[in-house]
Amino acid sequence: MKTIFELSSPGRLGVSLPELDVPEAPDIPAGLSRGSEGGTGLPETTEGQILRHFIKLSTMNHHVDKGMYPLGSCTMKYNPKLHENLARIRGLSGIHPLVPDALAAGSLELMYRLGEFLCEITGFKGVSLQPAAGAQGEFCGLMLIKSYHESRGEPNRNEILMPDSAHGTNPATATLADCVVVGVESNEFGLVDPDDLRRKVGPNTAAFMLTNPNTLGLFESRIEELTSIVHEAGGLNYMDGANMNALLGIAKPGEMGFDVCHLNLHKTFSTPHGGGGPGSGPVACTEELAAFLPDPAVILEDDGGYKLCRKQNSFGRLLAFHANTGVLYKAYAYIRTLGAAGLREVSEIALINANYLKAKLGDYFDNPFDNGPCMHEFVLSGDRQAEQGVKTLDIAKRLLDYGFHAPTVYFPLIVHEAMMIEPTETESLEDLDSFVEAMISIAEEAEEKPYLVTDAPVNTPVLRLDEVKAVKDLCIVEPAPGEGENL
Amino acid sequence: MSRFVPNGPAQREKMLRAIGATKFEDLLEPVPEKFRLKEKLQLPEPLSEFELTCEFEEFARKNTGADLACFMGAGAYDHFIPAAVDHILLRSEFYTAYTPYQAEVSQGTLQAIFEYQTMIARLTGMDMANASMYDGASAAAEACLMAMRITRKQNILVAGSLNPGWLDVIRTYLKRDDFEITEIPFLEDGSLDLAIAAELIEGGAAAAVLVQYPNYFGLIEDLQPVADLIHEHKGLFIVAADPVALPLLRSPGDAGADIVVGEGQSMGIPMSYGGPYIGFMAARMKLARKMPGRIIGRTTDRAGQTGYVLTLQTREQHIRRDKATSNICSNQALMALANVIYLSLMGEKGFREISSQCYHKSHYLEKKLLEIPGVSRIFGNTPFFREFAISFPISSIELRDRMIEHGFLAGVPIVELGEGAMLVTVTEKRTRDEIDRYIGAVTQICRGGSA
Repeated sequence: MKTIFELSSPGRLGVSLPELDVPEAPDIPAGLSRGSEGGTGLPETTEGQILRHFIKLSTMNHHVDKGMYPLGSCTMKYNPKLHENLARIRGLSGIHPLVPDALAAGSLELMYRLGEFLCEITGFKGVSLQPAAGAQGEFCGLMLIKSYHESRGEPNRNEILMPDSAHGTNPATATLADCVVVGVESNEFGLVDPDDLRRKVGPNTAAFMLTNPNTLGLFESRIEELTSIVHEAGGLNYMDGANMNALLGIAKPGEMGFDVCHLNLHKTFSTPHGGGGPGSGPVACTEELAAFLPDPAVILEDDGGYKLCRKQNSFGRLLAFHANTGVLYKAYAYIRTLGAAGLREVSEIALINANYLKAKLGDYFDNPFDNGPCMHEFVLSGDRQAEQGVKTLDIAKRLLDYGFHAPTVYFPLIVHEAMMIEPTETESLEDLDSFVEAMISIAEEAEEKPYLVTDAPVNTPVLRLDEVKAVKDLCIVEPAPGEGENL
Repeated sequence: MSRFVPNGPAQREKMLRAIGATKFEDLLEPVPEKFRLKEKLQLPEPLSEFELTCEFEEFARKNTGADLACFMGAGAYDHFIPAAVDHILLRSEFYTAYTPYQAEVSQGTLQAIFEYQTMIARLTGMDMANASMYDGASAAAEACLMAMRITRKQNILVAGSLNPGWLDVIRTYLKRDDFEITEIPFLEDGSLDLAIAAELIEGGAAAAVLVQYPNYFGLIEDLQPVADLIHEHKGLFIVAADPVALPLLRSPGDAGADIVVGEGQSMGIPMSYGGPYIGFMAARMKLARKMPGRIIGRTTDRAGQTGYVLTLQTREQHIRRDKATSNICSNQALMALANVIYLSLMGEKGFREISSQCYHKSHYLEKKLLEIPGVSRIFGNTPFFREFAISFPISSIELRDRMIEHGFLAGVPIVELGEGAMLVTVTEKRTRDEIDRYIGAVTQICRGGSA
């Protein structure tokens, strides 16, 4: 398909602007102006051409409103339409972040109440809505933990323990926070091995970082023992809340020995993924850690007014302004729509849907950690199909032909040919059954006509793309007219 | 049952039977009894669509600041957003899609972001750009970390005329004993003190110099001398650029920047009380492999058709884990889409016109304000763009508060520069009538309350 630049022709306008209604000021001095460089290279097209271009592009995307997205750990649930309208109400979307607090009383009240809801859901006392995404939430959490240890005269604590099944952001965040990653082994049940944890903790332990339910979709049953081991060694426990969709109204991280956790509003609380963002990764924590939360925090004053304030021992700021506020509006709307019973129902059905798929697919694919119920997701292995020459990547691509998005593949790293499947609660039984049929059909193809799977996808806007060539012949911007393809 | 959950009692029972469970609680077997909540969460009762809409309208009403004519800036700006932007953003195909890891069913997102990368690279005068960061400030912080990785030096020099909120974020990201951040002061005219900059750079310890362009006070300064200085001593030059100024200004790339970051909120994204915004990051091609964040590349499929994929992924956390160039995963993709639609609609001429109107209108207001007795420039004749620092004869906080009664968000007080100092912004949205009324109100207030 043509790029927007190829649609450009000099003189075309995509916008109508008012005439300048004030006298002109003297020009910017020549040495500082764009002058000799020429223009900015932006295309010249009409509004209609632009609409057609982006709508054509849009038809090449899979999306939640079109079909199921069984992406493990990503919680691709339905995004309520009302919330898009609410976040766009002019009084909420058209307000500058630096207005005096009293002039943004509505946004501040909403943020304060959302913070309270998230504390209730997680069982914590303090919250920051600032982190822009899960990874920034992790960074925030580790900064709280470091501040805590420093305040106690233990700045040496710089080791972050995490299981080998951790999300890639966990070790990357530890590095960003100037800490060292210490791996903890999983046992034969796919759970953290308490004995190995006991061996790894020590005087340099800053924190144990754990996703619970873990990335195999299993609840860490010995959680109390694990968090106690870390506390006894003087460390703190961080919960990666990526899988919180399993626990709403069912269990609270704050009661299991965790000291801090982040939440992904774009997963658990239905805000849209937007093709990769924006997300929002609020952090909730114990009262002890709350003193270090990033600024600003929203507080309720005695006179009933809401105010932004700086915590005395705050570790700093993560964004120029308060938060991905527009995302907060949508998460607030979600919690207000569902209430306590509705949130509990979300997790109950998320668990039932996942266990249903696990039961239905068990005969056709290997499940290396099938020791009882899973939580909201589970991990299959494509080992059996790999023996036929059909890799998990092929199965993923073949699912696209059947109109489904692929599961998360090759993660967690502790499962060969991993396929991590999370249906979410918003899929109907009928849609789950269609997915099961597609998976069974692919398993049969892998045995009988493997080429159908290895050649997939064939029903998509493009066929399998050459990622090696993309790196080798790097082309990451459209060449300017007259330039070669590769810079 | 909520309207989001299609499986009710009938389906539940059927599914539990298929699982081999008799009741839901059977599935909670792995969760120790003592951690299972016995009581309902303490949350308010649910609201219907209609009731929730009313509640949100009430929140919006309480945001009285949204009804005032906005002359505030300092990193967030009130620009016009053409209707077509939101029509495309509200397509489910874009906003309900996931990160484009399965490229064959994500070509829409991928090509749009490829076009975004191209526009950012062209605007900044750089070779390439990534697919977005959280906001301008975090992009600046990541650029500093990137420069330290590349140069293996641990000192960052930051212009004292950088947005203080951004400096706070940089300090957070660089909070390590072995990292050092040094501020380069600015002179009376608001421009960087090149003599001190030279002294600091000459030691050779600086990984990079970071300069905002135009700076926090709206001032436009020549980037070239700083670029030459830092390059002589094998450091990198990072520019934090305002994209709306770039159609008029010499591009940072042309002036010698190695990395250019900035805030993209001005390009089709509402102020929305602070976010979601978008940070952009552009660089010289030779630095692409050291960059944080996602990058989209062009390639071909098995039939030789052109297509797009996430590329250079071995830099990223999901592959490189603790050795990744950053921990960033989710970015601000939909905001990048807003930027590319906005810039397409504006086009070469429109975006230049927006830039030019901001320039002329802000100068018109400044000139008129200077006619009021007691009002004076803070930084002399230094050229500025869209916003300017000005001193009023009364406290700027008091002026701001009293201007609210007249219907104006007058600006952002910057008391560090003096009691009467304020940063005032004029975008293309402010009409001559509004500007003239603003001047009238300031005249009245200053006359009445002259200190």
